[in-house]
Amino acid sequence: MAKEKRKVPGLNATSTADISFILLIFFLVTTSMDTDTGLARRLPPPPEDENSEAEIDVKERNVLNVKVNSLGQIMVNGDMLDISLLCDRAKEFVKNENNDPNLPEKHAKNIPLLGMCAVTDKHVISVQTDRGTSYNVYFQIQNELVRAYNELRDELSKAKFGKLYANLTEEQQEAIRGYYPQKISEAEPKNYGGDK
Amino acid sequence: MSRFNKKGSREMPEMNTSSLPDLIFTILFFFMIVTTMREVTLKVKFTVPAGTELEKLEKKSAVSFVYVGPPIDQLRATMGSGTRIQLNDKFAEPAEIMDFVARERSTMSDQTAQTISLKVDQKTKMGIVTDIKQVLRKSWALKINYSATRRN
Repeated sequence: MAKEKRKVPGLNATSTADISFILLIFFLVTTSMDTDTGLARRLPPPPEDENSEAEIDVKERNVLNVKVNSLGQIMVNGDMLDISLLCDRAKEFVKNENNDPNLPEKHAKNIPLLGMCAVTDKHVISVQTDRGTSYNVYFQIQNELVRAYNELRDELSKAKFGKLYANLTEEQQEAIRGYYPQKISEAEPKNYGGDK
Repeated sequence: MSRFNKKGSREMPEMNTSSLPDLIFTILFFFMIVTTMREVTLKVKFTVPAGTELEKLEKKSAVSFVYVGPPIDQLRATMGSGTRIQLNDKFAEPAEIMDFVARERSTMSDQTAQTISLKVDQKTKMGIVTDIKQVLRKSWALKINYSATRRN
Protein backbone atom coordinates (compact mmCIF):
# COMPACT_ATOMS: atom_id res chain seq x y z
CA MET A 1 0.00 0.00 0.00
CA ALA A 2 2.07 2.85 -1.15
CA LYS A 3 0.91 6.08 0.36
CA GLU A 4 0.98 8.26 -2.62
CA LYS A 5 -1.02 11.36 -3.15
CA ARG A 6 -4.42 9.85 -3.68
CA LYS A 7 -6.71 12.45 -5.03
CA VAL A 8 -10.02 12.53 -3.26
CA PRO A 9 -12.49 14.27 -5.50
CA GLY A 10 -13.84 17.26 -3.57
CA LEU A 11 -17.56 17.23 -3.21
CA ASN A 12 -19.05 20.23 -4.83
CA ALA A 13 -21.11 21.82 -2.10
CA THR A 14 -22.06 25.08 -3.75
CA SER A 15 -25.47 23.81 -4.76
CA THR A 16 -26.54 22.49 -1.37
CA ALA A 17 -27.72 25.94 -0.44
CA ASP A 18 -29.89 25.98 -3.48
CA ILE A 19 -31.23 22.54 -2.76
CA SER A 20 -32.26 23.63 0.69
CA PHE A 21 -33.93 26.60 -0.90
CA ILE A 22 -35.99 24.29 -3.04
CA LEU A 23 -37.03 22.35 0.01
CA LEU A 24 -37.89 25.50 1.88
CA ILE A 25 -40.02 26.80 -0.94
CA PHE A 26 -41.67 23.45 -1.36
CA PHE A 27 -42.80 23.39 2.24
CA LEU A 28 -43.85 27.01 2.20
CA VAL A 29 -46.04 26.32 -0.77
CA THR A 30 -47.62 23.09 0.35
CA THR A 31 -48.65 24.46 3.71
CA SER A 32 -50.62 27.41 2.39
CA MET A 33 -51.99 25.96 -0.80
CA ASP A 34 -55.61 25.46 0.05
CA THR A 35 -57.78 25.61 -3.01
CA ASP A 36 -61.14 26.84 -1.96
CA THR A 37 -64.07 24.76 -3.00
CA GLY A 38 -67.67 25.02 -2.03
CA LEU A 39 -71.29 25.07 -3.07
CA ALA A 40 -72.08 28.24 -4.95
CA ARG A 41 -75.48 29.71 -4.20
CA ARG A 42 -77.38 32.84 -5.11
CA LEU A 43 -79.48 34.52 -2.47
CA PRO A 44 -82.76 36.14 -3.47
CA PRO A 45 -82.66 39.94 -3.57
CA PRO A 46 -83.89 41.71 -0.44
CA PRO A 47 -87.65 42.24 -0.17
CA GLU A 48 -88.83 45.62 -1.37
CA ASP A 49 -91.08 46.06 1.58
CA GLU A 50 -89.71 45.28 5.00
CA ASN A 51 -92.90 43.81 6.34
CA SER A 52 -94.27 41.82 3.47
CA GLU A 53 -91.95 39.10 2.39
CA ALA A 54 -93.24 38.67 -1.15
CA GLU A 55 -95.52 35.69 -1.11
CA ILE A 56 -95.54 34.42 -4.61
CA ASP A 57 -98.46 32.19 -5.19
CA VAL A 58 -97.29 28.78 -6.23
CA LYS A 59 -99.54 25.84 -6.87
CA GLU A 60 -99.17 23.08 -4.39
CA ARG A 61 -98.12 20.51 -6.95
CA ASN A 62 -95.21 22.69 -7.98
CA VAL A 63 -93.58 22.78 -4.58
CA LEU A 64 -91.36 20.21 -2.97
CA ASN A 65 -91.28 21.07 0.68
CA VAL A 66 -88.15 19.91 2.39
CA LYS A 67 -88.34 20.50 6.10
CA VAL A 68 -85.64 19.75 8.60
CA ASN A 69 -86.08 19.81 12.33
CA SER A 70 -83.50 20.48 14.98
CA LEU A 71 -82.69 16.78 15.27
CA GLY A 72 -81.76 16.61 11.62
CA GLN A 73 -84.82 14.62 10.57
CA ILE A 74 -86.03 15.35 7.08
CA MET A 75 -89.61 15.57 5.94
CA VAL A 76 -90.42 15.88 2.25
CA ASN A 77 -94.00 16.84 1.42
CA GLY A 78 -95.18 15.20 4.60
CA ASP A 79 -93.16 11.99 4.49
CA MET A 80 -90.19 11.31 6.69
CA LEU A 81 -87.27 10.54 4.45
CA ASP A 82 -83.68 9.50 4.86
CA ILE A 83 -81.14 11.84 3.31
CA SER A 84 -79.88 9.11 0.98
CA LEU A 85 -83.27 9.04 -0.72
CA LEU A 86 -83.59 12.79 -1.07
CA CYS A 87 -81.66 12.96 -4.34
CA ASP A 88 -83.92 10.45 -6.10
CA ARG A 89 -87.02 12.10 -4.73
CA ALA A 90 -85.88 15.48 -6.01
CA LYS A 91 -85.03 14.03 -9.41
CA GLU A 92 -88.42 12.39 -9.71
CA PHE A 93 -90.04 15.66 -8.72
CA VAL A 94 -88.15 17.86 -11.16
CA LYS A 95 -88.36 15.42 -14.05
CA ASN A 96 -92.03 14.42 -13.77
CA GLU A 97 -91.58 11.87 -16.50
CA ASN A 98 -95.13 10.58 -16.73
CA ASN A 99 -96.87 13.92 -16.30
CA ASP A 100 -98.21 12.89 -12.93
CA PRO A 101 -100.84 15.36 -11.71
CA ASN A 102 -99.21 15.42 -8.28
CA LEU A 103 -95.85 16.46 -9.65
CA PRO A 104 -95.00 19.86 -11.15
CA GLU A 105 -96.96 20.93 -14.21
CA LYS A 106 -95.27 20.94 -17.56
CA HIS A 107 -95.16 23.86 -19.93
CA ALA A 108 -94.26 23.89 -23.56
CA LYS A 109 -91.16 25.98 -23.95
CA ASN A 110 -89.08 26.71 -27.00
CA ILE A 111 -85.45 26.21 -26.12
CA PRO A 112 -82.75 26.93 -28.69
CA LEU A 113 -80.95 23.75 -29.79
CA LEU A 114 -83.56 21.55 -28.11
CA GLY A 115 -86.72 22.78 -29.81
CA MET A 116 -90.14 22.61 -28.23
CA CYS A 117 -90.09 20.68 -24.99
CA ALA A 118 -92.37 20.24 -22.06
CA VAL A 119 -90.47 21.46 -19.03
CA THR A 120 -91.31 21.80 -15.39
CA ASP A 121 -89.93 25.30 -15.10
CA LYS A 122 -92.49 26.35 -12.51
CA HIS A 123 -91.25 23.95 -9.87
CA VAL A 124 -89.72 25.11 -6.62
CA ILE A 125 -87.80 23.13 -4.06
CA SER A 126 -88.26 24.85 -0.76
CA VAL A 127 -85.87 24.12 2.06
CA GLN A 128 -87.04 25.07 5.48
CA THR A 129 -84.87 24.60 8.51
CA ASP A 130 -85.26 25.05 12.19
CA ARG A 131 -83.02 27.51 13.98
CA GLY A 132 -81.54 24.57 15.85
CA THR A 133 -80.73 22.47 12.79
CA SER A 134 -77.05 21.82 12.46
CA TYR A 135 -75.29 23.43 9.54
CA ASN A 136 -73.90 20.11 8.43
CA VAL A 137 -77.35 18.62 7.87
CA TYR A 138 -78.41 21.70 5.95
CA PHE A 139 -75.30 21.52 3.83
CA GLN A 140 -75.79 17.84 3.06
CA ILE A 141 -79.35 18.57 1.94
CA GLN A 142 -78.16 21.35 -0.34
CA ASN A 143 -75.52 19.00 -1.65
CA GLU A 144 -78.06 16.28 -2.42
CA LEU A 145 -80.36 18.73 -4.19
CA VAL A 146 -77.54 20.06 -6.33
CA ARG A 147 -76.58 16.47 -7.08
CA ALA A 148 -80.12 15.79 -8.27
CA TYR A 149 -79.93 18.70 -10.68
CA ASN A 150 -76.46 17.76 -11.87
CA GLU A 151 -77.51 14.19 -12.55
CA LEU A 152 -80.60 15.29 -14.46
CA ARG A 153 -78.55 17.69 -16.54
CA ASP A 154 -75.98 15.05 -17.26
CA GLU A 155 -78.68 12.60 -18.34
CA LEU A 156 -80.21 15.15 -20.66
CA SER A 157 -76.94 16.24 -22.20
CA LYS A 158 -75.94 12.61 -22.75
CA ALA A 159 -79.23 11.98 -24.53
CA LYS A 160 -79.16 15.14 -26.63
CA PHE A 161 -75.50 15.84 -27.27
CA GLY A 162 -73.77 12.60 -26.27
CA LYS A 163 -71.52 14.34 -23.77
CA LEU A 164 -71.53 15.19 -20.12
CA TYR A 165 -72.85 18.59 -19.12
CA ALA A 166 -69.42 19.84 -18.12
CA ASN A 167 -68.03 19.14 -21.60
CA LEU A 168 -70.70 21.01 -23.54
CA THR A 169 -70.28 24.37 -25.20
CA GLU A 170 -71.59 27.49 -23.56
CA GLU A 171 -74.76 27.56 -25.69
CA GLN A 172 -75.51 23.92 -25.13
CA GLN A 173 -75.11 24.35 -21.40
CA GLU A 174 -77.49 27.27 -21.53
CA ALA A 175 -80.06 25.13 -23.31
CA ILE A 176 -79.75 22.39 -20.72
CA ARG A 177 -80.05 24.94 -17.95
CA GLY A 178 -83.21 26.23 -19.62
CA TYR A 179 -84.62 22.72 -19.53
CA TYR A 180 -83.70 22.10 -15.91
CA PRO A 181 -83.46 25.44 -14.14
CA GLN A 182 -82.16 25.21 -10.60
CA LYS A 183 -84.84 26.46 -8.27
CA ILE A 184 -84.03 25.99 -4.64
CA SER A 185 -85.72 28.50 -2.42
CA GLU A 186 -84.87 29.06 1.18
CA ALA A 187 -87.66 29.88 3.51
CA GLU A 188 -87.17 31.64 6.80
CA PRO A 189 -86.35 29.22 9.55
CA LYS A 190 -89.15 28.34 11.89
CA ASN A 191 -88.85 27.37 15.46
CA TYR A 192 -91.03 24.32 15.34
CA GLY A 193 -88.52 21.88 16.68
CA GLY A 194 -88.56 23.41 20.12
CA ASP A 195 -85.79 25.55 21.55
CA LYS A 196 -82.48 23.87 21.64
CA MET B 1 -11.55 -7.87 -13.32
CA SER B 2 -8.85 -5.36 -13.85
CA ARG B 3 -10.76 -4.26 -16.80
CA PHE B 4 -13.16 -2.34 -14.59
CA ASN B 5 -10.55 -1.15 -12.25
CA LYS B 6 -8.68 1.35 -14.27
CA LYS B 7 -6.83 3.54 -11.89
CA GLY B 8 -5.96 6.09 -14.43
CA SER B 9 -6.94 9.71 -14.19
CA ARG B 10 -10.39 9.38 -12.68
CA GLU B 11 -11.60 12.82 -11.86
CA MET B 12 -15.20 13.94 -11.59
CA PRO B 13 -16.02 16.28 -14.37
CA GLU B 14 -17.14 19.53 -12.85
CA MET B 15 -20.75 20.34 -13.36
CA ASN B 16 -21.54 23.85 -14.28
CA THR B 17 -23.95 25.06 -11.65
CA SER B 18 -23.79 28.73 -12.33
CA SER B 19 -27.34 28.79 -13.70
CA LEU B 20 -28.83 26.93 -10.78
CA PRO B 21 -29.64 30.04 -8.70
CA ASP B 22 -31.49 31.51 -11.64
CA LEU B 23 -33.48 28.36 -12.00
CA ILE B 24 -34.48 28.38 -8.39
CA PHE B 25 -35.35 32.03 -8.48
CA THR B 26 -37.68 31.30 -11.35
CA ILE B 27 -39.44 28.67 -9.28
CA LEU B 28 -39.56 30.98 -6.30
CA PHE B 29 -41.15 33.77 -8.31
CA PHE B 30 -43.61 31.38 -9.83
CA PHE B 31 -44.87 30.32 -6.44
CA MET B 32 -44.83 33.85 -5.11
CA ILE B 33 -47.22 34.87 -7.85
CA VAL B 34 -49.41 31.80 -7.69
CA THR B 35 -49.98 31.54 -3.97
CA THR B 36 -52.49 33.64 -2.14
CA MET B 37 -51.50 34.31 1.37
CA ARG B 38 -54.02 33.99 4.12
CA GLU B 39 -53.96 37.46 5.53
CA VAL B 40 -56.09 36.89 8.58
CA THR B 41 -55.23 35.04 11.72
CA LEU B 42 -58.05 32.73 12.57
CA LYS B 43 -59.73 33.30 15.87
CA VAL B 44 -62.46 30.75 15.42
CA LYS B 45 -62.21 27.04 14.96
CA PHE B 46 -64.12 25.46 12.16
CA THR B 47 -64.30 22.25 10.22
CA VAL B 48 -66.23 22.85 7.05
CA PRO B 49 -68.64 20.15 5.91
CA ALA B 50 -67.78 17.70 3.15
CA GLY B 51 -69.74 17.51 -0.07
CA THR B 52 -69.61 15.98 -3.52
CA GLU B 53 -70.97 18.64 -5.85
CA LEU B 54 -68.44 21.35 -5.22
CA GLU B 55 -67.22 24.05 -7.51
CA LYS B 56 -63.92 25.84 -7.40
CA LEU B 57 -64.00 29.32 -6.03
CA GLU B 58 -62.96 31.56 -8.87
CA LYS B 59 -61.73 35.14 -8.94
CA LYS B 60 -59.94 35.15 -5.63
CA SER B 61 -59.68 38.92 -5.65
CA ALA B 62 -63.45 39.28 -5.45
CA VAL B 63 -63.94 36.95 -2.52
CA SER B 64 -64.51 37.99 1.08
CA PHE B 65 -64.54 35.47 3.85
CA VAL B 66 -66.86 35.15 6.80
CA TYR B 67 -65.75 32.68 9.43
CA VAL B 68 -68.21 31.16 11.84
CA GLY B 69 -67.43 28.82 14.68
CA PRO B 70 -66.45 28.59 18.33
CA PRO B 71 -63.40 30.65 19.46
CA ILE B 72 -60.02 28.96 19.42
CA ASP B 73 -58.83 27.37 22.64
CA GLN B 74 -56.60 30.30 23.67
CA LEU B 75 -59.53 32.70 23.53
CA ARG B 76 -62.05 30.44 25.13
CA ALA B 77 -61.45 31.89 28.58
CA THR B 78 -62.34 35.41 27.48
CA MET B 79 -64.81 34.77 24.68
CA GLY B 80 -66.67 31.69 25.91
CA SER B 81 -67.40 28.71 23.73
CA GLY B 82 -70.48 29.96 21.89
CA THR B 83 -70.53 30.36 18.15
CA ARG B 84 -68.88 33.55 16.95
CA ILE B 85 -68.48 35.36 13.67
CA GLN B 86 -65.09 36.55 12.55
CA LEU B 87 -64.62 39.23 9.93
CA ASN B 88 -61.05 39.99 8.96
CA ASP B 89 -59.18 40.03 12.24
CA LYS B 90 -61.84 40.53 14.83
CA PHE B 91 -65.05 39.12 16.17
CA ALA B 92 -68.23 40.72 14.97
CA GLU B 93 -71.98 40.73 15.38
CA PRO B 94 -74.22 39.78 12.46
CA ALA B 95 -75.24 43.43 11.94
CA GLU B 96 -71.61 44.44 11.34
CA ILE B 97 -71.47 42.27 8.25
CA MET B 98 -73.25 44.99 6.31
CA ASP B 99 -70.40 47.45 6.86
CA PHE B 100 -67.88 44.76 6.17
CA VAL B 101 -69.48 43.88 2.84
CA ALA B 102 -69.64 47.53 1.79
CA ARG B 103 -66.01 48.11 2.75
CA GLU B 104 -64.83 45.03 0.93
CA ARG B 105 -66.85 45.94 -2.11
CA SER B 106 -65.34 49.41 -2.35
CA THR B 107 -61.86 47.91 -2.68
CA MET B 108 -62.82 45.61 -5.52
CA SER B 109 -62.41 46.36 -9.16
CA ASP B 110 -65.24 44.17 -10.34
CA GLN B 111 -67.96 44.86 -7.82
CA THR B 112 -70.64 42.72 -9.42
CA ALA B 113 -68.48 39.64 -9.00
CA GLN B 114 -68.28 40.01 -5.25
CA THR B 115 -68.63 36.64 -3.60
CA ILE B 116 -68.92 35.89 0.07
CA SER B 117 -67.39 32.63 1.10
CA LEU B 118 -68.98 31.28 4.24
CA LYS B 119 -66.59 29.15 6.20
CA VAL B 120 -68.94 27.73 8.75
CA ASP B 121 -68.28 25.03 11.27
CA GLN B 122 -70.30 21.86 10.80
CA LYS B 123 -71.81 21.98 14.24
CA THR B 124 -73.11 25.52 13.96
CA LYS B 125 -76.84 25.95 14.38
CA MET B 126 -78.76 27.20 11.38
CA GLY B 127 -80.14 30.17 13.31
CA ILE B 128 -76.92 32.16 13.13
CA VAL B 129 -76.28 31.12 9.54
CA THR B 130 -79.71 32.36 8.55
CA ASP B 131 -79.10 35.65 10.35
CA ILE B 132 -75.93 36.09 8.34
CA LYS B 133 -77.72 35.26 5.12
CA GLN B 134 -80.45 37.78 5.82
CA VAL B 135 -77.86 40.50 6.42
CA LEU B 136 -76.06 39.54 3.23
CA ARG B 137 -79.30 39.79 1.32
CA LYS B 138 -79.93 43.25 2.71
CA SER B 139 -76.47 44.40 1.72
CA TRP B 140 -76.93 43.01 -1.79
CA ALA B 141 -74.13 40.52 -1.54
CA LEU B 142 -76.10 37.77 -3.19
CA LYS B 143 -73.37 35.51 -4.48
CA ILE B 144 -72.35 33.25 -1.70
CA ASN B 145 -70.38 30.08 -1.43
CA TYR B 146 -70.71 27.49 1.28
CA SER B 147 -67.12 26.47 1.75
CA ALA B 148 -66.60 22.73 1.93
CA THR B 149 -64.11 19.98 1.38
CA ARG B 150 -64.41 17.22 -1.16
CA ARG B 151 -65.71 13.86 -0.13
CA ASN B 152 -65.86 10.67 -2.14
